Amino acid sequence: MIAAESPEFHSPGPADFEFPPIFGEGTFFTKPMLVVVLGTIAVGAFFYFAARRATVVPGKLQFAAESFYGFVRNQIAMDAIGREGSKYVPYLVTLFGFLVALNISGIIPILQLPATSKIGIPLGLAAISWIIFNYVGIRRQGFGGYFKNMMFPPGVPKALYPLLAPLEFLSTVVFRPATLTLRLTFNMFAGHLVLLLTILGGEYLITEYQGVVGYAAGSVSLLFSIVLTFFEGFIQILQAYVFTLLTAIYIGGALTHEH
Amino acid sequence: MTILAAEEPNPVLPHTSEIIVGLVAFGLLFFFLRAKVFPMFEKTYAERTASIEGGMKEAEESQAEAQQLLEQYRSQLSEARSEAARIREDAKQQGQTIVDDMRREAEEEAQRITSRAHAQIEAEREQVLRSLRTEVGTLATTLASRIVGEALEDDERSQRVVERFLDDLESAEASDAAVGPASRDE
Repeated sequence: MIAAESPEFHSPGPADFEFPPIFGEGTFFTKPMLVVVLGTIAVGAFFYFAARRATVVPGKLQFAAESFYGFVRNQIAMDAIGREGSKYVPYLVTLFGFLVALNISGIIPILQLPATSKIGIPLGLAAISWIIFNYVGIRRQGFGGYFKNMMFPPGVPKALYPLLAPLEFLSTVVFRPATLTLRLTFNMFAGHLVLLLTILGGEYLITEYQGVVGYAAGSVSLLFSIVLTFFEGFIQILQAYVFTLLTAIYIGGALTHEH
Repeated sequence: MTILAAEEPNPVLPHTSEIIVGLVAFGLLFFFLRAKVFPMFEKTYAERTASIEGGMKEAEESQAEAQQLLEQYRSQLSEARSEAARIREDAKQQGQTIVDDMRREAEEEAQRITSRAHAQIEAEREQVLRSLRTEVGTLATTLASRIVGEALEDDERSQRVVERFLDDLESAEASDAAVGPASRDE
């Protein structure tokens, strides 16, 4: 930016999340969709090969897949929902696996794009979770009972109801799916942006800016990007876990609302 | 596809195609896993639980069996010990009896030998005495014939000597009944 002869550095932004269709203009299939397809196949294959010859004494792959399954089953479903949790284990395991794959794709070489940073994907999943927890709540408590328990929780002074009722309604029906979607999307979005910034910035400093300052700062930036990659991996798994755990908590809350 | 500004796309606005692709991919994955994978896992879980419980039950059973065997061995051992003690006691008694018998027999034998020796000695003495008497008789007769031969003129005196000798013999015969008949000297 200071050197007159070097080209201007364009800091990465939302435009870096827009990809042209792979098969040319007019088709819809873009890189994020490719990541979705590959991630889905990877998760499906992982579980398929792990379970194909499932034995009482598991092999390495089966043990890994069973540990994953057992973790979601015991640490998420049973803890957050309770004894009825086993019914929702298939959905929760699929959700967690799908999200881990599509988040981790952000640090996998060549792919290097978290598909979940495209808001459409978390939105679709949040919609499914929203439908499930509202459906089980209405089925368990009845349509009126569900909204009555939600908006007028027992044990609260009646004077607070005018304030509480619309808040609770908005919280459950609007904010829950919205926060699920936005939390995941923008964790992935921001993480990808920071990685892009450190990598592209380091590359720019070394190849274009040059000089002692450029090489030194560029090297630091690239080294930092490696550290950030590991950090991103942690965040990606954590956010997948948070999405899954919150879904389980919402389902558990809808099932066990006290009258 | 909705783009708010001409240059910067808005990341909050979803692309319809991405929602659809995401939902279809998730749906396919869900139904695939539910059909092919999760039942296997649950089945394996159940089998594993059963096998572990079965193993534990088996272990308990074999432990109980081992306990029972141990009891059995202990009682057998104590039985064997008391049996051994009894046998030892019997052997001691039998040994004592044998030793007593031997001693008694030995004593009897000794007594028998002693009495036989006594009898032999007695018999020999008897024999000696008898032959001695015979000899003495012969000697006496010889002596007497000599005396008689030399002092035949003194008729009266020799008569007296013979009388007295015979008397003596007769009295000795009467005193010792074990000695054979006195008349053999005549």
